Amino acid sequence: MKQIRTKKPHTSLLGAKASRRLGNAIIYLLLTVITVVWLFPFFGIVLESFRVESGAQVGYLWPKQFGADNYIRLLRETDFLRWFINTGIMGVATAILQTVFVLSMSYTLSRLRFKGRRGLMNFMLILGMFPGFLTLILIYKVFVDLGLTANMAPLGLIIVYCASSGMGYYVAKGFFDTIPKSLDEAARVDGATRLQVFYKVIMPLSKPIVIYTVLMGFMAPWGDFMLANYLIHENSRGMSVAVGMFEWLSRANMNEKYTLFCAAGVIVSIPVVSVFLLLQRYYVEGVTGGAVKG
Amino acid sequence: MKRLNDLEYLRLDKGRAFLYNVVMFFCAIPGFFGGAILKLLRLCKKGVTAIGKEIADIVRTFVRGNWAVRLSFVIFGFGNFYYGQPLRGALFLLFELVFCAYMLVPGGARHWLGLAFKETSLLARSGFEWLVKSNFLQTGQTVGDVPPREEIVQGLLGSTTVTVYGDDSVKVLLYALLSIFFIIAFIYTWRLQIRQCRICMDITAKGKKVRSGKQDLASLVDDQFHKTMLALPLVGILTFTVLPIIYMVLIAFTSYDAAHDGYANLFSWVGLHNFNQLFNFGQGGLGLAFGEILAWTLMWSFFATFTNYFLGMFVAIMINKKGIKIKKFWRTVLVMTIAIPQFVSLLYVSRLFDDSGVLGKLLINGVNTLVDWNVLPDSMTLAANFSLWDGEWTAKILLIVLNIWIGIPYIMLMATGILMNIPTDLYESSRIDGANTFQQYARITLPYMLFVTGPYLLTSFVGNLNNFNVIYLLTGGGPNNGIAGGVSVGHTDLLITWLYRMTIESPKAEYYTASIIGIMVFLVVAILSLIVYNVIPSTKNEEDFK
Repeated sequence: MKQIRTKKPHTSLLGAKASRRLGNAIIYLLLTVITVVWLFPFFGIVLESFRVESGAQVGYLWPKQFGADNYIRLLRETDFLRWFINTGIMGVATAILQTVFVLSMSYTLSRLRFKGRRGLMNFMLILGMFPGFLTLILIYKVFVDLGLTANMAPLGLIIVYCASSGMGYYVAKGFFDTIPKSLDEAARVDGATRLQVFYKVIMPLSKPIVIYTVLMGFMAPWGDFMLANYLIHENSRGMSVAVGMFEWLSRANMNEKYTLFCAAGVIVSIPVVSVFLLLQRYYVEGVTGGAVKG
Repeated sequence: MKRLNDLEYLRLDKGRAFLYNVVMFFCAIPGFFGGAILKLLRLCKKGVTAIGKEIADIVRTFVRGNWAVRLSFVIFGFGNFYYGQPLRGALFLLFELVFCAYMLVPGGARHWLGLAFKETSLLARSGFEWLVKSNFLQTGQTVGDVPPREEIVQGLLGSTTVTVYGDDSVKVLLYALLSIFFIIAFIYTWRLQIRQCRICMDITAKGKKVRSGKQDLASLVDDQFHKTMLALPLVGILTFTVLPIIYMVLIAFTSYDAAHDGYANLFSWVGLHNFNQLFNFGQGGLGLAFGEILAWTLMWSFFATFTNYFLGMFVAIMINKKGIKIKKFWRTVLVMTIAIPQFVSLLYVSRLFDDSGVLGKLLINGVNTLVDWNVLPDSMTLAANFSLWDGEWTAKILLIVLNIWIGIPYIMLMATGILMNIPTDLYESSRIDGANTFQQYARITLPYMLFVTGPYLLTSFVGNLNNFNVIYLLTGGGPNNGIAGGVSVGHTDLLITWLYRMTIESPKAEYYTASIIGIMVFLVVAILSLIVYNVIPSTKNEEDFK
């Protein structure tokens, strides 16, 4: 880096302390504005979910009449509970299966050396450049034959979420790369097989990445609209929350079901946000670690 | 322009140095492609030699081998049995049997396995028959050869016509592709077991013992542990990504759409016709729509990536500044956006800006009030149903702004991690030299961040290129901009959303166009990645910074 040109020493009208205080005040102000902007939609959705007087968009935020009517309608008149359970099941199944797939892939690529390793990584990199949902055109056709759409769509979706998840090995591999190789070697010298090295030496050290992978797997079905919408058509019982709720905001439904959407959005967000905030530390480690290592 | 040496380069002033770099970059492009072609040629040569070696080895094995080895050229695994590896031998033999049953027995397998499966179309024909039936890649031929026909059925109330379906092109092509996979696997396995025979031969000739089945099994958790670990993920990737992607690439050469769904109407091979459509800029061609969407996709990706990047970093620096309290609170507020499922937050936000949404109304009322007060000219009066989403450019700008709302938290988290890694002595020494905060940012923080996050910028650029959620959930591609590819083209459509709507919303469902657009997305991403990886310093030498 080039040297920074020397200028005359820092002087200003205010003293150093006062100027720092002013700077901090500006930063606090900005951060407060950011907080308001970022939280505004969340307050909005909660407020609108308690609005009784109208189910449509009304152009104001504060309800004239508060009540839990929307939540009651949600349970009585819609299949929302079923969608919620579907998505929950998908979340748990995906969390478990995806973790198995991702960890075995990333561990192998990171710590084992074998012929074709580099080639395999390049192959998956290139494969990842294709738009993934294109595969669904064929998968949908096959799943229709196998009966994995409509009512059974959640099962089909679990398969879709998990089967190729090995391709998302990057973050976990980055983590395994940081564990010193000498640990493996020491265990190997002591006569451990590679399997034993894996589950007796490395796994106990890998709690953060396991939690990160589980968290990502659990969140995937809650946030996914693209793939779910492809496999779940019109059949109300097999829907996930994303697909079902999307329908409510279509032009045809919006005048009645807008506040229902808000209420459902609040309910969906509660489990996801609480799990997420609980495990936030691990998520942050994953994001920063993965990004820096590329 | 001639290449300058280091000393001359350092003497240039800033503007010229930059110009020089740009010119050099473009000068390097032909060389880069030339190099790539050379590399490719070398790879081809390597491949040919490798194949030659393999064939030589096979022939040598046959010549040198005893009767058991020679027999295993026909019966898989016979050599393994002979040399005392019954486990491997049995596996090879089993593979050959399955292969023959699938490929050769016409309809026979149906009788054996028909009891177990209701749907027996896979077993109704042999693999070779499927392959022949599909007229694989023969332009002008249909995929499958039995079209549906009308049959008259005599019922109690007179005769009715019933459609009897013949082949389903989708399945014919799928099974044909499976057959090709199977044949490749067969050749590979054949070669594999011949090599094993040769290895066994060599080992026995030296008077040593070959590995037993027990040792083989034990090695699966030891030397060969990678095979155990990779088996499951690779099978998943192969069946749910590789196979469907190859299938979809093949679809680009067919006429598969709603009118030719392969069932009521067989689809056929059309050669390069669809690709010609893509570059047809006239009436009915896709050229114009594709060009427009590609341009916006690249523009969107550029703005979305860099606005997020710099603003996110700015927020991270603010939060991490010494003396700012409740850091954790500020961070958690932002992280909330990541935690809440995007379809909830994005759909809600998009409706906030509708004509009857809270912010949309606020905008209309605000502007109209200003007009009333004569602050703004009368021509700016907004109609009651005005929505930012309806104008081309207002929608585009709003998208980029809202994407900042979505994207900043991710960058903020990442930047926080990196900022903590910047050596503090850099800042201290620069302060002694009299640098102010802005100079520190421009000369230390930014270069460091750019260096470390080079690869991330690329990933994020590609991520934005395919940012389905933000576009589809906020605008659904709209406002409308004509029709192409059997589906309306929106002003804010990215390639990926256009592609998606083409397959799911459009009644014409032009799968072949979707397939071509998919291939194009792949090409764009691949070319970008190739260029960026050759330009970014941190991918080449990791110790370069400072």
